[in-house]
Amino acid sequence: MQASTPTRPGTGRQPSVRSIAGAAALLGALTLQAQEGGQVHGNFSTDGQLYNDDEQIGATAPPQDFGLNAWGNLNYSQGGFRAGVRFESYEPALLGYPAGARYSGSGIGYRYASYTKDDLEVTVGNFYEQFGQGLVFRSYEERYLGVDNAMDGVRLKFSPDTGIYLKGVIGRQRFGFENGFTKGDGLVRGIDGEVSLTEAFPRAFPKWVEKGRNLTLGGSFVSKFQADNDPLLDLPENVGAWGARANYTTARWNLYTEYAYKINDPNGSNGNIYNNGQALLANVTYSTKGLGVSAGAHSYDNMVYRSDRAAAPFDLNINYLPTLAKQHTYNLPATLYPYATQPNGEVSYQGEVFYKFKKGTPLGGKYGTKLAVNWCGAWSLDTTRVMNDTVHYLGYRTKFFRQGDRQYFSDLNVELRKKVSADWELALTYINLVYDIATVQGKPGQSVIYADMVILEGLHNFTDRNSLRFEVQHLSTKQDHGNWATALAELTFSPHWFVAAMDQYNYGGSVETEKIHYPIGTVGYIRGGSRFSFSYGRQRAGIFCVGGVCRVVPAANGLTASITTTF
Amino acid sequence: MKRSLTLLAFALPLLLAAQSGKLPAVTVQAMDGKKVSTSSWNNGGKPMIINFWATWCAPCKRELNTISEKYADWQKQTGVKLIAVSIDDARSMNRVAPYVNGQDWDYEVYLDPNGDLKRALNVNNVPHTFLVDGKGNVVWQHNNYEPGDENELYEQVKKLAGK
Repeated sequence: MQASTPTRPGTGRQPSVRSIAGAAALLGALTLQAQEGGQVHGNFSTDGQLYNDDEQIGATAPPQDFGLNAWGNLNYSQGGFRAGVRFESYEPALLGYPAGARYSGSGIGYRYASYTKDDLEVTVGNFYEQFGQGLVFRSYEERYLGVDNAMDGVRLKFSPDTGIYLKGVIGRQRFGFENGFTKGDGLVRGIDGEVSLTEAFPRAFPKWVEKGRNLTLGGSFVSKFQADNDPLLDLPENVGAWGARANYTTARWNLYTEYAYKINDPNGSNGNIYNNGQALLANVTYSTKGLGVSAGAHSYDNMVYRSDRAAAPFDLNINYLPTLAKQHTYNLPATLYPYATQPNGEVSYQGEVFYKFKKGTPLGGKYGTKLAVNWCGAWSLDTTRVMNDTVHYLGYRTKFFRQGDRQYFSDLNVELRKKVSADWELALTYINLVYDIATVQGKPGQSVIYADMVILEGLHNFTDRNSLRFEVQHLSTKQDHGNWATALAELTFSPHWFVAAMDQYNYGGSVETEKIHYPIGTVGYIRGGSRFSFSYGRQRAGIFCVGGVCRVVPAANGLTASITTTF
Repeated sequence: MKRSLTLLAFALPLLLAAQSGKLPAVTVQAMDGKKVSTSSWNNGGKPMIINFWATWCAPCKRELNTISEKYADWQKQTGVKLIAVSIDDARSMNRVAPYVNGQDWDYEVYLDPNGDLKRALNVNNVPHTFLVDGKGNVVWQHNNYEPGDENELYEQVKKLAGK
């Protein structure tokens, strides 16, 4: 692009529409792209859906009959300088989107400028950041889930020496969206330090350097401020939390542990109790060519930490409490009964093995065979209610990391994957699930679900550009909505086209329900960094999760169009 | 507000013409826990493939497993290097090393647990593949994966390597 006609920002627009001026200014900057090695890049994503009413599946079209989520990022960089803006539009937002506070209208959802000079980086405006694995602080986005707790304020990053990293953040968090992002009430402040020992002090650890071992230590402190306007309770206005972590690595081993402690923080989620909170997670992995093993455990006790005491579960989270449950990729296990972290109290364990039977061995055959076994279990924390505690309002007493007797979840799954000939690949998966739907999905009174799933996937290459992939999935359970069967076929014509058809069938089995089919067809076109797809049909109500966060998407019937592009 | 959308819609095709640019300098995490700047990524003047993936993304794993079978030949013929950037977050980043080794991959693997590099390269969804020339310029990209896409990618690699 040539540096030519300068765009006049905001000409002929109402002065009130500042976002347009902002967008125009950025587009103006675009035309100057060729100058001085500055670069402009960005992306664009839109999902539009035209809804039909469909009584049988309980789908109701919104009054507008239509939903649209769209956003575009523009980022400018030149040397150490970077600036960017995201324009977002929800006219109106798709049904079930976002996960938390409402998004509506169009405007600026994110904007920032940052400068890096030597070992110092300064960011003003919006930013995403995390300390360690996030037990005390994580600001992040999952756009397609509708989770965004971006900070709006200032961030400093400084590396005084090799292997030593310091960070400081201050600001308020993004809450909802109303012709622009809105912010939460509370102020969040945090500092973090990390040192990588063999990089910072190589002479002190000559053996480790020689053998490729390392130990990284980190610590953080976070504090939130929110005024106490409660007429009855004496609430702490400043709530501090600290965390410490260690990561030891060798060529084959990786040990990670993180601990977090939070002072009393009565809030809407914990019943306004004055207990302190703590969390511990530990994970160990061993891996070598062809073999990977991991084991992990964690305990969360009263660890809801939000910059507004009254915020709903998806809003204004300061910390991030990951679940150990595997995130499945097949439709039924991924979106029917996924597990979500219970931040008020949970003890959980997981174990996993990946193994490749080498080519030419009895089990490996001509092309090798891959095996994956994974297990995760989650329980309540063992607590004793404190009765008649009118002085401290502690709520309960507990012994740290002691498992309670209520099982929330367990998932045992085994997957075998094998290339059986030059043009055929097959994968067989078995999943056994225990799911306390009353706790995980907040549906009190519903009985625990025991389900078995079997999934067969096949991939056949007709030529080196055309292929057919199919999935047959079955879930059987005597609880909830009973049995489900799913069949999917996908024809691909590399590198541009694909056509897919899927039917999900809920036939109840031993459970008395209406037998319902959910057919849907999709056509897609891909070119470079752009992807266009169109679907028509029924979509089953589902739960979409990232991390410990899950969004419920209601059943829908209609036409969906999606476009994404990166430039 | 409709006007600004229209403005964006018109501006987009123009922007799409500008596909090249330098790889941005962003800090990611190596498998040994050390922080690494992408500005240190190089392949001695030969092309590099940067592939965004996640342990929870089926097509991503299909793509990297398919390329893995051919990777030794690709390297021998063109000297190309593949860097696999996992966008797994705290939930699943601990599964990356065992998975990668369990699959017997020979790629250089990095973690981008809070999406810093993903954002800097404007990736919407995974898998997303970038091809970087010997001078560090992003010269080609592809979103999505369909069986056979690896052939298209390799054609581009060969073109860059002058083979």
